Amino acid sequence: MIEFRLNGKLVKTAASKDTPLLWIIRDEFKLKGTKFGCGIAMCGACTVHVDGNAIRSCSYPLELAQGAEITTIEGLNNTHPMQKAWVEEQVPQCGYCQSGQIMQAATLLSYNPNPSDEDIVNHMSSNLCRCMAYKRIHKAVKRAANDNAVAVYDPAGHQDSLEA
Amino acid sequence: MTSIKQARYQSANVSRRNFLIGSVGASVMMAFAPSALAATATAQQSLADKVFSPTIWFEIDATGKVLINIAKAEMGQHVGTALARIIADELGADWEQMEIRHVDTDPKWGYMITGGSWSIFTSYKPLSQAGAAGRMALIEAGAELAGVEASDCDTEGGCVVTPKGRLQFSEIVQKGHFNRNFSQEEMAKLPLKSKSAHKLIGKDFKALDIPAKTNGSAKYGIDVEIDGMIYARPILPPTRYRSKVVSVNDSGAKSLPGYLGFEILEDPSDTLQGWVSVLARDYPTAIKAADVISVNYQAGSRADINEQQILSEGERQVNETSEGVLFVDEGNVDRAKQDASNHLSAIYRTNTALHFALEPMNTTAELKQGIWHIHAGNQWQSLTLPVLAKALQVDEDRIVMHQYYLGGGFGRRLYGDYMIPAALTAKQTGKPVKLIFTRADDSRFDQVRSPSVSGFEASLNDNALTGLNTAHSSGWPTLDMAPGFMPESLDKKGKFDPFSASGADHWYSMPNHRARVINNTLAQETFLPGWLRSVGQGWIVWGLESFIDEIAHKTGRDPIEFRLSMLDGKGKQAGKAPESVGGALRLKNTLDVLKQRIGYGNKLPINEGVGVAVTAGQERTMPAWIATAAHVHVNRQTGKITVKKITMVVDAGLIVHPDGALAQLEGSAFWGVSLALNEFTEFEKGQVKDVNLNSYLPLRMNEIPELDIHFVESEEVPTGLGEPGVIGIGPAIGNAVYQAVGVRLRDLPMKAQHVLNGLTAEVTS
Repeated sequence: MIEFRLNGKLVKTAASKDTPLLWIIRDEFKLKGTKFGCGIAMCGACTVHVDGNAIRSCSYPLELAQGAEITTIEGLNNTHPMQKAWVEEQVPQCGYCQSGQIMQAATLLSYNPNPSDEDIVNHMSSNLCRCMAYKRIHKAVKRAANDNAVAVYDPAGHQDSLEA
Repeated sequence: MTSIKQARYQSANVSRRNFLIGSVGASVMMAFAPSALAATATAQQSLADKVFSPTIWFEIDATGKVLINIAKAEMGQHVGTALARIIADELGADWEQMEIRHVDTDPKWGYMITGGSWSIFTSYKPLSQAGAAGRMALIEAGAELAGVEASDCDTEGGCVVTPKGRLQFSEIVQKGHFNRNFSQEEMAKLPLKSKSAHKLIGKDFKALDIPAKTNGSAKYGIDVEIDGMIYARPILPPTRYRSKVVSVNDSGAKSLPGYLGFEILEDPSDTLQGWVSVLARDYPTAIKAADVISVNYQAGSRADINEQQILSEGERQVNETSEGVLFVDEGNVDRAKQDASNHLSAIYRTNTALHFALEPMNTTAELKQGIWHIHAGNQWQSLTLPVLAKALQVDEDRIVMHQYYLGGGFGRRLYGDYMIPAALTAKQTGKPVKLIFTRADDSRFDQVRSPSVSGFEASLNDNALTGLNTAHSSGWPTLDMAPGFMPESLDKKGKFDPFSASGADHWYSMPNHRARVINNTLAQETFLPGWLRSVGQGWIVWGLESFIDEIAHKTGRDPIEFRLSMLDGKGKQAGKAPESVGGALRLKNTLDVLKQRIGYGNKLPINEGVGVAVTAGQERTMPAWIATAAHVHVNRQTGKITVKKITMVVDAGLIVHPDGALAQLEGSAFWGVSLALNEFTEFEKGQVKDVNLNSYLPLRMNEIPELDIHFVESEEVPTGLGEPGVIGIGPAIGNAVYQAVGVRLRDLPMKAQHVLNGLTAEVTS
C-alpha cells in the first residue's frame, strides 16, 4: 500500500509500485485534468507538483510518491493566479497541454517571483504545445508575475511560500 | 473543383430548406428544415412533433437563455464561440445568455465535417440568416405584446426595444405565441446587419471553451470512462497494408497482474490488416504487456521501403511528362518553351512530417442495448461512420459517435481509423473497451504528410517570364479516404486529389502555365497519406514561391516587384463574387502593405536576410489572401538558420472572432517555422523512423520568432484561417536564407547541412 496526499486529501493505492503516477491519478483517483502525451517525460502534459516541484507523472514511479504532497491542476481550485492569467490572455487552443503548462508555470513564480523574459523561456521550453500557443503562454506567465499575486497554493489550506 | 464545392454545400446543408420558428413546451425552437416537409404542417406542429430532422437549430428558453447546437469539432479554434457569435449578433441577444452544446452523430445534424478551414466560411450566411429570422419573430411577438407596430421595434442585448419600453426575450418566450415559417426566398431577403451595426462580430470577447481548458475540467476522448470497461493497447503490424498475424506468443505477459490476454483483430472493413489488441485491467499494464508479447507476421510487400525510394520515384514521375494528369493548362507552355531564349528549372522536395496531435489517438467503445456507442474526438463523422458500420457489420443507425474536445486535430482526426481497433476489440471481447495508442503507436499509425517532389521549369525570353510548367508528385490522402471528392482532370486522363493539387493554381497572371499532378503509388502503397494542416499547399507552394524568387533573381528583378507585376487581377485572376471577389488585387494589396510594414529595402546586418511569399490558401474557391515575410540570420560556420521575425498581412474578409483569428495565425506561423526547420522524419523499412520527442522535434518556446500579424479591414465574405497561415512561412524563410547568404535551399525541412553544402558549393564554383 502506498499512501500520499492528493490535493490535500490522504489517499492509498494498492497498485504496483513501478506504476507511473499519471495512471494512478487519472484512472484510480479519477482526476482527468492531468494528461498523457508522450510517455517519456518530454512533453510536460502530465506535469503535477510533488512536494512543490513540477514533475512528469508519466515517468514518475508510484513508490516515490510515498508520503508526498501531490497537487494536480484540479488542486489549484480555479484560484491560482496562473489560471486567471491563462483566461485573460486567451491562451489555450486545443487545451490538451495546458494543465501541464499551468502546473509547470506555477512553480516558476514560487522560486522566482519576478522572472525575466529569458527566465520564462528557460522554464517553459520543457513543455510542448502542439497548437504552438507559445506567445500567449509567455504573456500569461508574465501577466501572472506582474500581478504579483505569488503564493504557493497549498490545498491543505496553509499558504506557505517556498524557499527560493 | 466542383467536388469541393459540392462537399461544402453538403457540409453547410444549403439544399432547399425553410426556417421554422415555433413555441415548443416552454421554449421557442428555431430550425432549418427541408422545404418539402416544412410545407405539410405549421412550423409549431412540425417542430413539436419532430416530424422531420431539422438540420441546425437553436432555442430560447423561458429564462431567456439561448442554446445553440454546434455540429463542429472543437480542436482549438473556438469554433462554437464564433458560430454562436454570428447568431447572437443578428438576433440581438445578450452574450451572457448564450450557451453552446457540441452534439453527437445523428442524421438530423446533416453532413458532419470540421476541416478544410471551412467552418466559418460555410456557416456565416446561414447562421446570420437564422439569427435575423429569430430577430424578426421576436420583434413581431414583442410588438404584439406591447401593442405597437413591429416596424417601430428592434432587438438589443436580449430585449425587444419598443416605443413603450424594453421587453426581455424571456418574457416574450413565456407570453408570446410563435409559429413562423420562412421560405428560402424570404430568408434570402432578410436584412442582415452591416459591419458597422455589429455589436459582437469583429469585437473582442473571450472564447467560451477556454475556462474549462485551464482547470482540467475540459473533457477529451481520452477522459471517457464507462462502467466495466477494460483497457487495450494495439500492437501494430510491420506494414500499413497486407500484413497477417501468423502467431502470438504472450508467455512473457502472463505473469503481469492485470493482464487479460489478447485479440487478433478481424476487420471486415480491411482498415486493420494484421493487428493485435492487448487487454488489461489498467492501461500501464496494457503498455507493459504489449512490449513483451511477440508477434510473428507475414509482412506486407512494402516492409522494406525507405524515404529515398519514395522520393526517387517522385522525381522520376516529375521528369516523365506522360505521368500524372493536368490540373492547370493555360496558353501553350510547349510553344513558350520552344520560343524561349533561356530556361530555368529546379526540383523541390519535402520529407515526411507527423501530425503529433498531443492527445494520442484513442477511442472508447461499448455495445449497449443493440447500439454501438463510440466515444472519441473526431473531425469528420460522416466519413468515419460508414467504415465503422462495415467493421462492426451493423447498419449505420446502430452506431452513435459521441463527440469530445479534440486534443489536437490538424487533419489527423478527420478520418477516424483509430476508432476501428477499439470497436473491434469491444466486439470480440464482448466488453466495453478503452483503447489508447501510446505515443510511438500513434506516430507509427499516423496518416503522415507524404514526402513530395515538385518540378518547375520556366521559359524566359529577353529576361521576361513567358511560361511556367510545374509537376507535383506525392501520396494522395483523398484517393484512399474520400475518393468521391476527386474531380476529373483537365485532360480527362483520370481523377486527382484536389487537396494535393491546391496551390499550383496560383493567382499570378501568366500567359502560359501548366500544372501536372501525379500520385506517387509507392508512397500510397507504403502508408496512408494524411491531410496535414495546409495539405498540398504546404509542399506545392513551398516550391512554387521559392521558384518565383529564383526566376526573379535569374531575370534581375526584385522579388517583391516581380510578384506585384504579376498580381494584376486580370482574366481568371479577377476572382469571383462572393468568395474570391477582388481576386489577385487583394493579394497584391497584402504584399504592398507588407512591403511598407517591414521597411523593405532597409540595410540588414551581415548574414541576415528578408524573404517573402504570397499565398491564397486553402483553395481558389476560398482564398485567405496572405503576404508573409521572414527575417532570418544564418550562421555560416554551423549552417544554423535562426528566424528572427515573421510578419504577415492577412485579408480574410470579415473577421468574426478577431482574437481567435489571431490565435490561429500565431499558431500557424510557428507551425510553418516548425515544418520548415524542425519537423521531419523518414520512412525506414516501411515505417516512420521518429516516433517520439527524443528525435521528432517540434518547435519549443525557446525557438519562436517575434511575430507581427496585421489584418486588412474588410467586409467581404469571411474565409477560413485554420490552415492558410502555415503555407507561406517555409518559402519566405527559404527566400530569406538566399538573401542572407546566397544559398538556394530546395529541401524541406531546411537543414543546417543543406546550408553548409550550399556555402561550400559557392566557394568551389
